Amino acid sequence: MQAKEEERPVDLLASGHRACAGCGAALTIQEILRATGANVFVANSTGCMEIISSQYPQSAWKVPWIHSLFENAAAVASGIEVALKALGRDEEGKVVVIAGDGGTVDIGMQAISGMLERGHDVCYICYDNEAYMNTGNQRSGSTPFDASTTTSPFGKKSFGNDRPKKNMPAIVAAHGIAYVATSSVGYPRDLTKKVQKAVSVSGPAYLQIHAPCNVGWGFDSAKTIEIARLAVETGLWMMYEIVDGELVNVMKVSRQQPVEEYLKQQRRFAHLFKMPGGEAQIKLIQDYANHNFETYKAASREATGEIQT
Amino acid sequence: MLEIMEGSHAIALAVKAARPNVVSAYPITPQTHIVEDISQLIADGDLNAQYVKVESEHSAMSVCIGASATGARTYTATTSQGLALMHEVLFNAAGMRLPIVMTVANRALSAPLSIWNDHQDSISERDSGWIQIYAEDNTEASDLTIQAYRIAEDSRIQVPVMVCMDGYTLTHTYEPVELLEQDLVDDFLPPYRPTDFLSVYDPKSFGMFADPNYYTEFRYQNHRALEAAKAVIPEISTEFGEVFDRDYGGLIEEYRCDDAEYVLMAMGSVVGTLKDTVDDLRDDGVRAGAIKLRSYRPFPADEVRSALAGVEAVGILDKNISLGFEGALFTDVKASLYHDDNAPKAFGFIAGLGGRDIPKRIFVKMFDCIRDDKKIAKSEFFDLRTQILDFQEV
Repeated sequence: MQAKEEERPVDLLASGHRACAGCGAALTIQEILRATGANVFVANSTGCMEIISSQYPQSAWKVPWIHSLFENAAAVASGIEVALKALGRDEEGKVVVIAGDGGTVDIGMQAISGMLERGHDVCYICYDNEAYMNTGNQRSGSTPFDASTTTSPFGKKSFGNDRPKKNMPAIVAAHGIAYVATSSVGYPRDLTKKVQKAVSVSGPAYLQIHAPCNVGWGFDSAKTIEIARLAVETGLWMMYEIVDGELVNVMKVSRQQPVEEYLKQQRRFAHLFKMPGGEAQIKLIQDYANHNFETYKAASREATGEIQT
Repeated sequence: MLEIMEGSHAIALAVKAARPNVVSAYPITPQTHIVEDISQLIADGDLNAQYVKVESEHSAMSVCIGASATGARTYTATTSQGLALMHEVLFNAAGMRLPIVMTVANRALSAPLSIWNDHQDSISERDSGWIQIYAEDNTEASDLTIQAYRIAEDSRIQVPVMVCMDGYTLTHTYEPVELLEQDLVDDFLPPYRPTDFLSVYDPKSFGMFADPNYYTEFRYQNHRALEAAKAVIPEISTEFGEVFDRDYGGLIEEYRCDDAEYVLMAMGSVVGTLKDTVDDLRDDGVRAGAIKLRSYRPFPADEVRSALAGVEAVGILDKNISLGFEGALFTDVKASLYHDDNAPKAFGFIAGLGGRDIPKRIFVKMFDCIRDDKKIAKSEFFDLRTQILDFQEV
């Protein structure tokens, strides 16, 4: 269905950028900018989204944008935020970090922790495609259990990545910030709502958005949204908010899908269906998904009102 | 007006006079007193600036990048391991042409750990695209801080500047310092008004990537800016002299070089001792001279060459070493003289590493060596304590 011309949102990430067809992260950024509007300063870490959007002399960004290095986007954003304050320009717009999972949960961890602890008025958004995709699918701390990547390959003695995904939202929440949430590119309305909440918080806020990478994960480029939704429906990606330290609004899944439905469509998990012992591994992943549903459901409450800002 | 104060405090007061909008700070010896004193100035309401207590030097420089790109005047200070941790961020700041000013309280690099002074830290950032100017005393370091903003923010330059001062020897020394009058500083250094900065009203992209079609030209422009600084540094020094009545002469300072046969060249606080040595030798009838190198990058090859014209022999003191070769200054000076048929003989001295003092008698020995060149190899460690080496080899 085509929206009428005047109803179409202004795309602040211009078309013509160099993202792969089916890129979940590029879609995520488009949704983020639709939610924030034009009054944002974006600090982007090195990664896919920086590379696809900023090949000199062409930039896809219609908002003020800066890329410095891989691990320092949170510190650069801190600098922008204090400069706006110092120059009396703090009403001009919100500072938003856009960074991948490697730049967030691994190499950028220290800078993020500093930014959160100092209480900068910055909204940090991690698009989580679960590996170092810009360098060609190497394992990150956010890569899920048993995913085969180029540095956690399956083989006779390996089922792939031997560690579970790092729980970054919990680490961020431990800083005592007002708003932490997870979302998914598969649920644009949820994503929009959470971005709008996150940027309305005064002080640091953190969003981690599940953004499937069809090239790295190995699935059809037409299925990005379907895969994103399956991650939520199987319990392998939980959607929730942590408001003032309390877990709220865990997304209800009306009919839980078996994890096989999610795994079997992706090359990174294909070995589990062929290797001896693969079945037991899938069982472990199913246990993990079940555990997710139970623990998040048990700890969650329904949100009673708007978040305090 | 002169006032006795610690070097670090003089720098803090100079920073205050420069009216930065954003200061980022991370403690490291022997720089810490500078950012401590700045935080006190802010706490007392004497300086109105955002003070970001970052979690590392990497973030200290990253905060400066974000703030500077937003249009703020920024300051930070570091040394040694902190500067090394900033390494990639330094290149990034210079490549983005952000006029950040940073004090480097020069200190040795680990291992072995040493908190004491030499120049290995900043010399190791030689190629980062920053201007590096070395101060001899605390008044010069203070004055340079003001000049550094003028140089960095000059539309012909637009690169960051390191003001290098010897850790402890200057930062922790109490000596009379010429105070900077705020009204004169305000006239000399107007508020920073960049043409390109991050704004929602005119969105621009900073820090884009450049493919092989463009990268070389970015590097060329950065290089040209440093080359242009060879004219701008003396120009601003002269202008500063007109306002404050203190002119340091630009890229190098020649001391009793006019008829000198033998010249020693050095950077930083040790130049004071060197000048005294030259005076003593002159009293003894030796035609000695000294060159203080102020600007290490850009390197003033022409000025060095012309200062050494007619000189019999020159010795270059390096408080650093490019391990496996020689001192960094020595290499640069020889390169500057390469096309000169009448170039003086040149000798390199590695000394003053990790805080080892260079007293007058050592400079006298260096002069002895270059006057009788059979005594030394072309480049050597000076004041090496062989009894320690013997002990370690047992």
